[in-house]
Amino acid sequence: MTLSLFDQFMSPTLLGVPLIGLALALPWVLFFQPGARWMNNRLVTLQAVFMNWFVKQIFQPMSLGGHKWAALLMSLMLFLITLNMLGLLPYTFTPTTQLSLNMAFAVPLWLATVIIGMRNQPTHALGHLLPEGTPTALIPVLIVIETISLFIRPLALGVRLTANLTAGHLLIQLIATAAFVLFPMMPSVAILTSILLFLLTLLEIAVAMIQAYVFVLLLSLYLQENV
Amino acid sequence: MADRPVPVVEKRLMDVKLGELGSWLGGRDFTPNGILQAIRRGHDRYYNKYINVKKGGIGGVAMLLVGYVAISYLWEYDHISEILTI
Repeated sequence: MTLSLFDQFMSPTLLGVPLIGLALALPWVLFFQPGARWMNNRLVTLQAVFMNWFVKQIFQPMSLGGHKWAALLMSLMLFLITLNMLGLLPYTFTPTTQLSLNMAFAVPLWLATVIIGMRNQPTHALGHLLPEGTPTALIPVLIVIETISLFIRPLALGVRLTANLTAGHLLIQLIATAAFVLFPMMPSVAILTSILLFLLTLLEIAVAMIQAYVFVLLLSLYLQENV
Repeated sequence: MADRPVPVVEKRLMDVKLGELGSWLGGRDFTPNGILQAIRRGHDRYYNKYINVKKGGIGGVAMLLVGYVAISYLWEYDHISEILTI
């Protein structure tokens, strides 16, 4: 029974075509291009409002050099939010539960921020390794610690997203199985479990959006330090 | 309603007679470029009919999502059918 709980995370294939391909291509279909009109329809306008709000949230504290990253970070954010939310629909596959995908997002972007910092302002970038006001005796230890924390960042970014989504999906499956099995035997307990399932689904919707936001926010912070 | 004879390949699917189906399929463009064009045509038709309208509602997106759930169910049927038989 334990093995089958993790089966939902195996990339399913049909006739050799993996479902992950469809799942990754779907966000393209769900976002609407603004037409060649002065005022668009309500759906396009709604989408534009959200996008403007996100961009302002993330890029307000950033210096001008970082604004070049706006398109990249926004598309990343939209992609992650859509993938996470689509994964909550029944029978669908969430590509962001695969560590490989999240590391593929985290490592190149983090590495890009580090390289930008090292190329443009190496002293300032290296200076981040030592917080201000450290006692002199602690300096060597702290530099080692800060270097380790710098290199752990991409790992943390990828694993955070993977773990949150995987844990959420697993919980949903566990509690749903419990409610389903309990229903013939003890209907009242099954109803309680169903209420728990409902609340958990609401939590999962929130987590899906928050995790995508946190991913992009942290990347923008790393960019701010280095740009 | 026969105005001018149109080559078989260029007719839309609903206008092709059953006997002409083979030659219609044979003449269609199955190159990657052709498939991409067909996908784009289909997307534009759906988009302009259900989403790019003045008072678009939730229906346009909802149909896409339900279709996605249905396709996922089909894709995972082998997996899911094993769960109940264990």
